[in-house]
Amino acid sequence: MASCREDEEGLRMIESRDVVIIGGGPAGLAAAVELDKRGIHDVVLLEREHELGGILRQCIHDGFGLSRFGESLSGPEYAQRFIDEVRERGIEYHTDSTVTSLSPERIVKVVTPSGLYIYKAKAVILAMGCKERSRGSVMIPGERPAGVFTAGTAQAYMNIYNRMPGRSVIILGSGDIGLIMARRLTLEGCSVKAVFEIQDHPNGLDRNISQCLDDYGIPLYLRHTVTDIHGRERLEGVTVSEVDGNMVPIPGTEEYHPCDTLILSVGLRPENDLIKDAGIEIDEKTSGAAVDENLMTSVPGIFSSGNVLHVHDLVDFVSLESERLAAGVASFIGGGLAHDRTLQVIAGNGVAHVVPQHLCSSSAFSLSFRVRSLSSDSVVRVRQGDRVIVEKRHRRLNPAEMVNVDIAAGSIGKEGNVEVEVV
Amino acid sequence: MRKCFTCVICPNGCRLEVEADGGTISVTGNLCPRGVEYANEEITDPKRTIASSVLVDGGVMEIASVRLDKAVSKSLIFPIMDVIKALHVAAPVHIGDVIIHDILSSGADLIATRNVEARQ
Ligand code: SF4
Repeated sequence: MASCREDEEGLRMIESRDVVIIGGGPAGLAAAVELDKRGIHDVVLLEREHELGGILRQCIHDGFGLSRFGESLSGPEYAQRFIDEVRERGIEYHTDSTVTSLSPERIVKVVTPSGLYIYKAKAVILAMGCKERSRGSVMIPGERPAGVFTAGTAQAYMNIYNRMPGRSVIILGSGDIGLIMARRLTLEGCSVKAVFEIQDHPNGLDRNISQCLDDYGIPLYLRHTVTDIHGRERLEGVTVSEVDGNMVPIPGTEEYHPCDTLILSVGLRPENDLIKDAGIEIDEKTSGAAVDENLMTSVPGIFSSGNVLHVHDLVDFVSLESERLAAGVASFIGGGLAHDRTLQVIAGNGVAHVVPQHLCSSSAFSLSFRVRSLSSDSVVRVRQGDRVIVEKRHRRLNPAEMVNVDIAAGSIGKEGNVEVEVV
Repeated sequence: MRKCFTCVICPNGCRLEVEADGGTISVTGNLCPRGVEYANEEITDPKRTIASSVLVDGGVMEIASVRLDKAVSKSLIFPIMDVIKALHVAAPVHIGDVIIHDILSSGADLIATRNVEARQ
């Protein structure tokens, strides 16, 4: 199957594959297994870490797999089910393998412990997941002592490397990983003083506020942010201020809180550097690729799913999305997938972003989006021009929770953009 | 007595409103019957699961993650954490291995949630 020839850069072996999957986390694993089930076996999965599993390896709390497996698993267990299946099916994968470039011609360069490899693929699946926003990206002024971590880094320290980040902790941001870490640190004997959130609503799921903060008496202050960091070598404390409706700190509201650790849980964004390099169209709202209903990007044969496409709340949906993606990839390889992006899907009133952003056909698909603000008893409407395609009343809509709407085959007409809105 | 809380059984996170009057309770806001069960339990004997890690001797990693296989009384959470913190297990450890059966007579098993092979 592998063919050899010379690359323009010199004597490099170019290997051909039907599909190259970049990323061995939940999205890449689910896509690999589903492709295999659909008879696509000439596949290679590339993972930059030493083990498969991605972020799930460090998410040791339970609650994964309720929709996928009907039971509540920890992250490593959820990942292992897919890893076992990848191994049993004999799907080729390489760990410690970092993709350094991707071209629109679907040439993938990867650095591995045994040297540089180049793959030429019929289809490429982007499944690189997301990264955390850091102190730099939220622009907290002040000194630069040790003791400031992103929530994911603190989680890896504790759950993989067995190192405690600190003893007396303040958390900035109410993202799910921050909430989970508040509970984890408390159980390990740390004092978690408070969680501060700049917005007027929490960023994480309600159940995590309840079972990670309320259960342990950890207060959550909305409309507050860290405005200064103190300490020379090690963090000694932070200044916290209230913010106004535009998220600007209100002078005179500063309060000093001593702590030796500040954990940032201020959001996730797709790991999209490779995507930009390949010249793939990016949706500024999701920071991921702009895709069609088959999850194909603007470049034919390059597909994307999971957190690198848009940040999900639940891994179960990442797996489902990646399985749908595999169906599209299989049709593409079989030669039967249209790629004329004739219609756009628009995030209308009250909608922050929507996936897919384009449509090529009127086949059935699933639409995923986030609302901009909390509301109760509102209606989600999908329409094409004046024609309503789906309309559903929701008891409660929360920006922290992705909404999925299934669109039946044949319900989208040939003319007119599709708009999703909250009314 | 009227109480509001979030059902944590599944990611829907329904907001339950519970009216408790002597022996009977009525629940609204639940999308499924498990919400009523949860509300009952939350009023009488709230239960939670926990996850942590145990030290592994002779493994390729220092620790293996563990969890309880069912929810236990909230009051048992910190006593169980004390047991977990004092534990050492020998590699290899595999997912699903029972580390402690019926930990502190809670009815729950402490199980491993990560494979840690023995160091060569
Ligand atoms: S009531 Fe049912 S649907 Fe709602 S959160 Fe509880 S278990 Fe989930």
